[in-house]
Amino acid sequence: MRDFARLYAALDETTRTGEKVEALTRYFEQAPPADAAWAVYFLIGRKPKQVVPSKKIREWAAAEAGVPDWLFQESYDAVGDVAETVALLLPPSEHSTDLPLAEWVENRLLPLRGADEEAQRFAMLDAWRAMDRPQRFVWNKLISGGFRVGVSQQLVTRALGKAGGVDPTVVAHRLMGDWEPTPEFIGRLLAADSADSDHSRPYPFCLAYGVEGDPAALGSVDDWVAEWKWDGIRSQLIRRGGDTFLWSRGEELVTDRYPEIATLGASLPEGTAIDGEILPYLDGTPLPFAQLQRRIGRKTVGKTILAEVPVVLIAYDLLESDGRDLRAEPFEARRARLAELVARVDRPGRLILSPTVVADSWEAMAAARLAARSHQSEGLMLKRRGSPYHVGRKRGDWWKWKVDPFTVDAVLTAAQRGSGKRASLYTDYTFSVWDDDRRLVPFAKAYSGLTDAEIARVDAFVRRNMVEKFGPVRTVKPELVFELAFEGIQRSPRHKSGIAVRFPRILRWRLDKPAEEADTLESIRGMLPA
Amino acid sequence: MNADDLLKPTDAGLYCEAGDFHVDPWKPVPQAVVTHAHADHACWGCGRYLGSEEGERVLRVRMGREAVIDALPYGSPLDVNGVRVSLHPAGHILGSAQVRLEHRGRVWVVSGDYKVEPDATCTPFEPVRCDVFVTESTFGLPIYRWPSQAAVFDEINAWWRANRDAGKASLLLGYALGKSQRLLSGLDPSIGPIYTHGAVEKLNRAYREGGVALPPTSYAGAAMKGKGWAGAMIVAPPSAHGTPWARKFAPLSTGIASGWMTIRGTRRRKALDRGFVLSDHVDWPGLLGSIESTGASRVLVTHGYTAVVVRYLRERGIAAEALATRYEGEGDAQDRAEAEAMEEAEAQEVDAGGTTA
Repeated sequence: MRDFARLYAALDETTRTGEKVEALTRYFEQAPPADAAWAVYFLIGRKPKQVVPSKKIREWAAAEAGVPDWLFQESYDAVGDVAETVALLLPPSEHSTDLPLAEWVENRLLPLRGADEEAQRFAMLDAWRAMDRPQRFVWNKLISGGFRVGVSQQLVTRALGKAGGVDPTVVAHRLMGDWEPTPEFIGRLLAADSADSDHSRPYPFCLAYGVEGDPAALGSVDDWVAEWKWDGIRSQLIRRGGDTFLWSRGEELVTDRYPEIATLGASLPEGTAIDGEILPYLDGTPLPFAQLQRRIGRKTVGKTILAEVPVVLIAYDLLESDGRDLRAEPFEARRARLAELVARVDRPGRLILSPTVVADSWEAMAAARLAARSHQSEGLMLKRRGSPYHVGRKRGDWWKWKVDPFTVDAVLTAAQRGSGKRASLYTDYTFSVWDDDRRLVPFAKAYSGLTDAEIARVDAFVRRNMVEKFGPVRTVKPELVFELAFEGIQRSPRHKSGIAVRFPRILRWRLDKPAEEADTLESIRGMLPA
Repeated sequence: MNADDLLKPTDAGLYCEAGDFHVDPWKPVPQAVVTHAHADHACWGCGRYLGSEEGERVLRVRMGREAVIDALPYGSPLDVNGVRVSLHPAGHILGSAQVRLEHRGRVWVVSGDYKVEPDATCTPFEPVRCDVFVTESTFGLPIYRWPSQAAVFDEINAWWRANRDAGKASLLLGYALGKSQRLLSGLDPSIGPIYTHGAVEKLNRAYREGGVALPPTSYAGAAMKGKGWAGAMIVAPPSAHGTPWARKFAPLSTGIASGWMTIRGTRRRKALDRGFVLSDHVDWPGLLGSIESTGASRVLVTHGYTAVVVRYLRERGIAAEALATRYEGEGDAQDRAEAEAMEEAEAQEVDAGGTTA
């Protein structure tokens, strides 16, 4: 626990990637395999189901600290993180623990599941009293999850590769899918031979950067294959050992949630992995993402929802065929085999080969891209001919070229403190536009897009211009105008404005515009699809 | 606030009608009693200033050579139009004072900014018995509990040493007035040479003249161009962060010393390498302890977590009220105000025909 808490502090202290990888590598080199396994598990963002409710942790910590509930809440508002608030509030400690991380997790944390409340309380107090402040913080994090310490899976992978002398792409692959954090797992993770026994395991997804500026800078248009960029759930459909697995990009096994796609598995040849996109699709047309949201998170799917929001898999790429890894082959070769496969196995319209967009110049390509929105696409994907299927996000061979977002000038009418890194500042904003009676009606929330300096100025404005308090939300004098961008727009009876937008963010601060000149709901309604 | 209060908030600041003077005004007034020289407590352009003897030099640096300053030793009373005024150590920075006012048997104490921890660069805080106590609340939340100063200095020196061994310079940020000198007093000069930003160096002089022992420092700007900075410590105000001036010390590691560094998120948002928890303001236990030791029956809470502290005190049976002021406490706004004050003071000196450092 001591070493792990130190690792956490070291990762937290630096913003430099190199230093983070170094700290991780040092940790993995010396940690017992049982500890290393749990460290990997937590650092890449996995977590056991929360065993003790946050509410209880707060309650017991407040009592231990002798702080009334409202004061705990005020403290939390300043900190933005329960685990950290608790660590800061608990009475100073004179102890620190030498027990290994695995011991704390396996023999102290996991047994809390299902224990009665009094036993849980006793165990938590016991743990806190045995630990110093950094350890308490990490312990609380282990329980509450949300282990954000600015370490991506990629960094952990690099460090593991370094510590074990294994190719990081092999480590990345072995980290995919289902595994248990055991010493044996760490052994397999860092094993020299590449034989792979887990047949459910997906490949790391190849990801794209956005095109910046003129795509003509990418060279001749003939070197590129363009496809539509769909707004669904990126996933991998795998058929191995007579079983079918459907993985989302978030590495969640979602086979049971999309039975339409799962049943496709039976007709796939043994040893197949398809990279694709789950898309809501009815009568030959994609549905808006909001429809798909009705199915995300649903574990059991009833007849009604299946009929209203059926899904298909748009097939982008073929990663494995006849049990052979195709990722190093040129894009066209993989695509040709994928086309063949789709033609052979397609059940009526369930597996669709991702259509390509053909254009003989960048101008023609740009013109085609403009049509994206009319069929629920976000723009174009550009893939370099001859390119392999990379591990993760790599610059150069895959680019997303989205259509320009919708934009609206809206008035800041409420703000809330952020969490984590932005806990002490008002960074979460509600924006409003003028309705038909010239009243301001909230229409979007946005959290990102301003520079730190701008955030500081908006924060100061909020503090000086508060009107009312609703829990953590502060309404402010409607004065500041911002240009917002968003990707999609939908009618929504759940929103006061009658409109829901997708991915709203702040483009810029319109210092030149008074609130009166912000956009109207009417003009926004004009953006709705016919 | 009550009609017969000894001090009342006005547009210009806290006003004592009986004695016809303001305490820490934020607009120019004929007679100001100032707790300390920070820009949000000592405003430029008042007719006369009354401040502590210990703080006279730094107040002079800030208010300009033309300012009329009456200096009063700690603890010795002065009659101002029938109000008995005395100044008592506040432990915030060199010369910082609590203002004690006594009139017709009532005693008020305005504590300005204060802290109760020891600090080698100023006289320690002294609790003063009073009826009404005006307190800041910059860090008025129970999450703020300062680690021991010795532990923080150990951390800072270890960081400096590690940077030196890695061939890097260390840039340590803290307010030019007070925090910087406190940091300097805790540095271990055996690790390497210490340089300072111009704003800091100027106040170092005032501190040294006031008898405060600081390790040897040199003005960083005077060092030769193309000099190697590896192993050096440079102390500068927070506004220097990310400027071309700061970049010339590269390769470097940047740290800041502030009470706000208690919270991880605050440090991470600033994109600094290290955050050290060191404040010249009182922490939560110190705040409650100080209030108790004054024996005050009424507490007026100002700049900071005002509402929180008022509610907490009331729940404990202490008559507490919020007092609206324009003091900034510790933070970016204070840093900006300080930077502006330095510029203003320098501009005034140029106008007066003086030279700038």
